[in-house]
Amino acid sequence: MLARVLLRTGVFLAGVFVASIVIFTVLRVLPGDPAQVALGVDATPEGLAQARAEFGTDRPLPTQYLSWAEGLLHGDFGRSYLSRSAIGPQIADRLQVTGWLVASSIVVALLLAVPLATFAAMWHRTGRGALLAGLSQVGVAVPAFIAGVLLVDLFAVRLRWLPSGGWVAPDKDPAGFIRRLILPVLSLGLIQGAVLSRYIRSAVLDVLDQDYLRTARAKGLRPYQAMVRHGLRNVGIPVVTVLGLQVASLLVSGIVVERVFVIPGLGSLLLDSVANRDLLVLQDVVMVLVFAVLTINFLVDVAYAALDPRLRRSS
Amino acid sequence: MSDPISATPVTRRTLGTLVIMSLTAAAAACDAGADPTTGRDSVNLGFLAEPENLDFTRTSGAAIPQVLLTNVYEGLVKLDDSGRIQPLLAESWTVSADRRTYDFQLHSNVTFSNGDPFTAETVKFSFERVKSDAWNVSVKKQMDILDHVEVVSPTQARVVLVRPSNEWLFDMTGRPGAMFTPGGIADLAGSPVGTGPYTVSRWTRGESIVLTRRAGYWATKPALSTVTFRYFKDLNAEDNALRTGAVDAIIGFGSPDVLPQLTADGFHVIEGKSNAEVVLAMNNAAGPLRDKRIRQAIRYAIDRAAVLQATAGGHGTLIGTMVPPTDPWYEDLTARYPTDPQKARTLLADAAPGGLTLRFRIPNLPYAQTAAQVVKSDLAKVGVDAKIEVLEFPARWLSEVFNKHDYDLSLIAHVEPRDLLKFGDPHYYWGYDNAEVRKLMAAADAGTLEEQTADLREAGRIVADDAACDWLYLMANLNVVRDGLNGVAVNSVGESFDVTTLTWR
Repeated sequence: MLARVLLRTGVFLAGVFVASIVIFTVLRVLPGDPAQVALGVDATPEGLAQARAEFGTDRPLPTQYLSWAEGLLHGDFGRSYLSRSAIGPQIADRLQVTGWLVASSIVVALLLAVPLATFAAMWHRTGRGALLAGLSQVGVAVPAFIAGVLLVDLFAVRLRWLPSGGWVAPDKDPAGFIRRLILPVLSLGLIQGAVLSRYIRSAVLDVLDQDYLRTARAKGLRPYQAMVRHGLRNVGIPVVTVLGLQVASLLVSGIVVERVFVIPGLGSLLLDSVANRDLLVLQDVVMVLVFAVLTINFLVDVAYAALDPRLRRSS
Repeated sequence: MSDPISATPVTRRTLGTLVIMSLTAAAAACDAGADPTTGRDSVNLGFLAEPENLDFTRTSGAAIPQVLLTNVYEGLVKLDDSGRIQPLLAESWTVSADRRTYDFQLHSNVTFSNGDPFTAETVKFSFERVKSDAWNVSVKKQMDILDHVEVVSPTQARVVLVRPSNEWLFDMTGRPGAMFTPGGIADLAGSPVGTGPYTVSRWTRGESIVLTRRAGYWATKPALSTVTFRYFKDLNAEDNALRTGAVDAIIGFGSPDVLPQLTADGFHVIEGKSNAEVVLAMNNAAGPLRDKRIRQAIRYAIDRAAVLQATAGGHGTLIGTMVPPTDPWYEDLTARYPTDPQKARTLLADAAPGGLTLRFRIPNLPYAQTAAQVVKSDLAKVGVDAKIEVLEFPARWLSEVFNKHDYDLSLIAHVEPRDLLKFGDPHYYWGYDNAEVRKLMAAADAGTLEEQTADLREAGRIVADDAACDWLYLMANLNVVRDGLNGVAVNSVGESFDVTTLTWR
């Protein structure tokens, strides 16, 4: 168990290091001069030179990389070229917003997928089962932002039940916060729930064929009791893997959904900094996203061992 | 707001601010500007571009002065809706006979939002600061012409210029003219301090800026106590916000195709003039378009009315040169180059008998991509093959077309006020170099206002005759407002969106 965790930690740290080099290099290839974008169409050559010196983009690339990486290790994300404010607090603010969105969406996805998929599997030779499987297939096919646009059209524009977008912090206005969160979370959660339910359904089908479930039935448990007490834990292993991947994909599809719903999260910051060539912000945001994904994968690996006693024993 | 459901999100959002300033809000409820039925004295406005920060002395971009000038910061002078210079912090001013010295008589009892007084010392401090390293945006060069400021008395400031300049006073209606106090410049990017009637009370990055009316404003206080600027990245999201009541108006409306539907839903469309000339830029300094005949042929080939229809649904004005109708030296030059493909073919047969291929490098902006398609097909009809290449805006377009001048044709809206003067700069990206035009522009700046008008009118004519570029159309200034909201400026002539005139009927 310990060896496994140590090995995984090593892989994780190496991944972070390699990612930082790749991110830095790839972003330098982007055409366009951040100083020019910051100063606009009337910039003078002297102004541009001054801005480049101020941004540090006139230094050799290895120097730029080292000073960036060193800053990150100390928790210093640098200053934005455009807003000239510290990037760290800005990312922290945006991360909170995106965090609410992703966490709520995962909860919705799970609440939806686990019962639906379990029933779909247990009824898998019946009409009801086929209907559930068909619905989830439709969900898989629809991109989250399309779902968002449709939900806004129905619930905000036509029915006027909910606002069409925007954001308020939960501590400022809890009711307004929840009202604004519902549609974006639904558009992410429904789609991810549909994807998740496909995996859970096949995992449950696998478990249904297992000997231990038949034994559980034989000792007198009803099908649902047997499933809840003995089956679901075994369903958990593949589901945790998929869930990890889904958090990563939520972070990505969240970028588009944030734009549809005018939510000031990490995704909006990312898109803005691409357009404005605010390279340092871009670098930091991508790094934070990559770090998050690597961390999730690391946790998933460790969680396997916790869920599956066989893995614990073998190492 | 008769519809209670659509009113809900709006009132909820403004609640926080209202509680903080409950005293003022209670008083404001009986204001003339408040909605007589609901007592509502706040408004939410939708915009597309968000400021990166609040410091226009060190960050360029139109969104910062749009929210701050006139509302938070004030200058000695301001522009009115028809583009004329009006007094603001200066009661009046006189110009010396040699047109180099301006004597400003200042309002007394003006204070900044931090309590600092506004005096002639403030004028000296603010103007000289523009010339220092504290400012680094390009508009600072508008102050290069300043020689010095004398403090004659607390309410009298004398400004002496290096040479006479009409342009200088006009420029003072924009960012370089804004008044700052030494005690209020510690955090320009986050907490601006001005003499204006509003302060920035909350800024949610990526979402909104809330302006709150302050106590102690020197002139008539504006009608609305709270004005929220909400920023959208997406035209659809903005449109939905208007329909659901999250905003009361969209300023600078971007999708003319949905206007008929919005009008049918009871919204008012206010269509005025803007400064945004959509220019088909031609490279006068390099490549085939150095030849005036080819540039003329292009002007004859294009059906500008069709471009306007396709791009903006007909909302806009055809113009014949780089002068919008709100400038004093405007004249209608649309008849100079009527659409005449036959004439274009004749000119081209002389100038480019072997046919012509042009590199048409455009920004990836929606209007530019649509307009470019129409231009391309018009040019194809006269035998010119314009190869469209779409460049990401701003980064790539700025570096390729604007800086390296690596293009034959391009297409972009120029939004700067009085940008006819760009044709006096031979290093500008269209590389137009005409000594006579430069001479006229210099004379216009130094002369009387009448001479300025005559000289710039002449310069506009020459630039048009030379076919230095083609002017496809002037964008309309489209604002869509909810029923009952009054006082939205019709034209967009300056850098600010003035909220001090807004009222609910």
